[in-house]
Amino acid sequence: MADTKTGIGASVRRKEDLRFITGKGNYTDDINLKDQTIGYFLRSPHAHAKIKGINTAKARKMDGVVGIFTGEDVAKDKLGGLICGWMIHSKDGSPMKAGPHPVLALDKVRFVGDQVALIVAETKEQARAAAQAIVVSYDVLPHVVDVAKAMKSKANVHDLAPDNRVFNWSLGNEADTNAAFAKAAHVTSMDIVNNRLIPNAMEPRAAIGSYDTGTESYTLYTTSQNPHVARLVISAFHGLAPEHKLRVIAPDVGGGFGSKIFIYGEEVACVWASKFIGGRPIKWTGERSESFLCDAHGRDHVTKAELAMDASGKITGMRVHTKASMGAYLSTFSAAVPTYLYGTLLSGQYNIPNIYVEVDAIYTNTAPVDAYRGAGRPEATYVVERLVETAARELKMDPAEFRRKNFVTSFPHQTPVIMMYDAGDYGASLDKALAMADYKNFTSRKAESAKNGKLRGVGFSAYIEACGIAPSAAVGSLGAGVGLWESAEVRVNPIGTVEILTGSHSHGQGHETTFAQLVSERLGVDINNVLIVHGDTDKVQMGMGTYGSRSGAVGMTAISKALDKIEAKAKKIAAAVMESSVNDVEFKDGTFTIKGTDKKMGFGEVALASYLGHKFNTSEIELGLKESAFHDPSNFVFPAGVHICEVEVDVDTGLTKIASYTAVDDFGNLINPMIVEGQVQGGVAQGIGQALLEGAVYDEDSGQLLTGSFMDYNMPRAANMPHIENFQLGFTCTPCPSNPLGMKGCGEAGAIAAPPAVINAITHALGVRDIAMPATPLTVWTAMQSMKIAAE
Amino acid sequence: MSVVKMKLNGKAVSGDVEARTLLVDFIRQYQGMTGTHVGCDTSQCGACVVHVNGKAIKSCTTLAVACEGAEVTTVEGLAKGGDLHAMQAAFKEHHGLQCGFCTPGMIMSAIDIVKRNGKNVSEDVIRRELSGNICRCTGYHNIVKAVQAGAANM
Ligand code: FES
Ligand code: FES
Repeated sequence: MADTKTGIGASVRRKEDLRFITGKGNYTDDINLKDQTIGYFLRSPHAHAKIKGINTAKARKMDGVVGIFTGEDVAKDKLGGLICGWMIHSKDGSPMKAGPHPVLALDKVRFVGDQVALIVAETKEQARAAAQAIVVSYDVLPHVVDVAKAMKSKANVHDLAPDNRVFNWSLGNEADTNAAFAKAAHVTSMDIVNNRLIPNAMEPRAAIGSYDTGTESYTLYTTSQNPHVARLVISAFHGLAPEHKLRVIAPDVGGGFGSKIFIYGEEVACVWASKFIGGRPIKWTGERSESFLCDAHGRDHVTKAELAMDASGKITGMRVHTKASMGAYLSTFSAAVPTYLYGTLLSGQYNIPNIYVEVDAIYTNTAPVDAYRGAGRPEATYVVERLVETAARELKMDPAEFRRKNFVTSFPHQTPVIMMYDAGDYGASLDKALAMADYKNFTSRKAESAKNGKLRGVGFSAYIEACGIAPSAAVGSLGAGVGLWESAEVRVNPIGTVEILTGSHSHGQGHETTFAQLVSERLGVDINNVLIVHGDTDKVQMGMGTYGSRSGAVGMTAISKALDKIEAKAKKIAAAVMESSVNDVEFKDGTFTIKGTDKKMGFGEVALASYLGHKFNTSEIELGLKESAFHDPSNFVFPAGVHICEVEVDVDTGLTKIASYTAVDDFGNLINPMIVEGQVQGGVAQGIGQALLEGAVYDEDSGQLLTGSFMDYNMPRAANMPHIENFQLGFTCTPCPSNPLGMKGCGEAGAIAAPPAVINAITHALGVRDIAMPATPLTVWTAMQSMKIAAE
Repeated sequence: MSVVKMKLNGKAVSGDVEARTLLVDFIRQYQGMTGTHVGCDTSQCGACVVHVNGKAIKSCTTLAVACEGAEVTTVEGLAKGGDLHAMQAAFKEHHGLQCGFCTPGMIMSAIDIVKRNGKNVSEDVIRRELSGNICRCTGYHNIVKAVQAGAANM
């Protein structure tokens, strides 16, 4: 092992922190280019309307206005529309109905906030004033915002889908599953709603687009989780410019959680329009209200789910029917979320021989819905873990033991819904969680709470997720428009410092530290002599970006492969310089030695030798020390764990407090436990947010977003989270067999696991079967009143 | 337009601003100091917190002209020479940040909390007083730890 203080497994303090704690971060809005103008978007005030006309005459003459662009300008220039990069087929074989999604609305607006015009001016105040002077005449059309009602609504979001249904997808064996239900000794059946969420990364989306009239090329600074995918889409589908004439830079990005994966109209419009104002850069910085209205939302599922069991309590089948809102347009990866990221996870940690799931994806007059931290897997886990908990209660079995009885225990395990679980020990995580949470003494804590007028409940969540997405051929066969590999380049400088160019993108995950730890471990180089370069398509050749907890399992594996090549080549050079056979060269802790001799060279010396070419035959060994690799995963990775939540509900107010939270996760090998714990803590907070606080609400009558600011949408605050000593994290480890580092993924686990753990705890406390998320004090209090519950 | 003068991180600065110019815009755009962030438009997120005459305020909800003659400190003004402020160091040591966007405001609020409540400020008070600072990444766990540790070293 190299320097154990900075190698794999060490909680190294983050290299990126210094600039963030001293105010030296470099986020998109911190960048100002010469001659820059300000972009501002005029948005639809209606949920659904025909655009009869847009009169910009007055606005164009106003002070400081540089240009005004509408959907007609976009159409005239033949700039392509926004795409959904994943094709889903309905069970009858027909392709999904992807309606047009222009960069700026053309003919029609389909949700409140839909962008209608881009106003470019010298200052924001001028742009805003001009926007107010634009007269748009609308013919208001009927709208629908509720996914449960949209198929029967008279509102028609896209002409090509008269019943608003995008597709009707299915997975699993229907006949076998029905047969299992016919034979079942007990069936648990539930209606389950997964509330709509708004991602709210703290940095609002922003973009600066510019066109260089001299080189005829474009540059886009943008808040993206995957700048290369943005370049690919803007190039290949919008047809703005070929890839070598378009540079996309995602500098420091202030959180994403999925919402910054997607290619949005605003960013495309800014870079496109620059050409028409003589190449002056156009900067747009989203306001928080725009984030609420227009960033892709998450979840919004309405599901009917059933679980079949035999007389001994073994699960024999699961049947699920889900209506999933897609919003008004199909966003970049939206179609994959309620299908291959959802249906495939319905087996949970359990041995379920028969599963059948059907999903109706449905247009509504709301913001597009796409991947949000977990993307499909939180929705699946919520269905599975609510069903399992409820079934255990109905069977009067301990929920922990009911789960244990049904756990998958031998690996590899093929589920009936595509996934092949490669490794895990679910019983070990359960045991550890039960011990850490002191489950056996729950009843005495409950009695204690009751003395204080509080109802105490405990809830479990035994989640599994598939991440490290994914083998390119596999996702290709399922409809993905891209491969999901990752690339890396390792450049060793002549004095032995190392630059890693990665196609992953860090927006809070700490790659500058963890990736450097891998290099430090492998090459024996001080982590301060390692630079991680990402987020610029002119520097990194190609990459797929960061989402779906893939940067460790896929991105770091690509780096590891490139490091293998570096090591192999450095050994050749070391052998030549030390006049030995390459087979006798050993490399350890940054030093090359020759077996059976005292000859040795440091890594830096070999690096220098590789660039000098004085002591080896440069026609046999190529000069320099630079290697690259692409890694295509051979399987998903399968993080899993058990989370246990205890709540106390105040009988008078309905206020739920998280009394304790225990998370035990199996992420395989950890590179930096401190960073992993941070990911779990942040994910759990978002999950607790979904369960207790957050919910996007559209007004049925007006189609307006009622929760359009931090005053109406309840973001988790510090006081909503459990106290430090009441939030315990633990790990178990079954190394992942499909990558050399044995890593799984940790970014989404908390957000996936937490909602059912919390809701299972509240329903346990109250003795009710279900409670809607978010379980606000009003919701809980109302449930208590109707059940006439009072503390003993 | 009118000229406003203030001391920003110890340095005398001035600018010709509109009456409606916000302090945060004065700091970010007129002075080019971009450590102070804007995360919302309803005065809730706290990404913009700076100190005016030693007190934490939200610079997105303060007019630049209202700070005439004031001493304004932003996150850039905390470190003395090469030495980090104890609260900055604590955020790094306790992994109190991920994407870093909320961090400047968090640190400025944290210092103010400790100044008003003392070194032994309780976890409950820290959590309650951070209600005006939103972080989407960390779940606050390590922020609270960092504030406690920073308090002890201030
Ligand atoms: S920007 Fe000031 S509180 Fe959000
Ligand atoms: S660290 Fe990202 S918002 Fe707090």
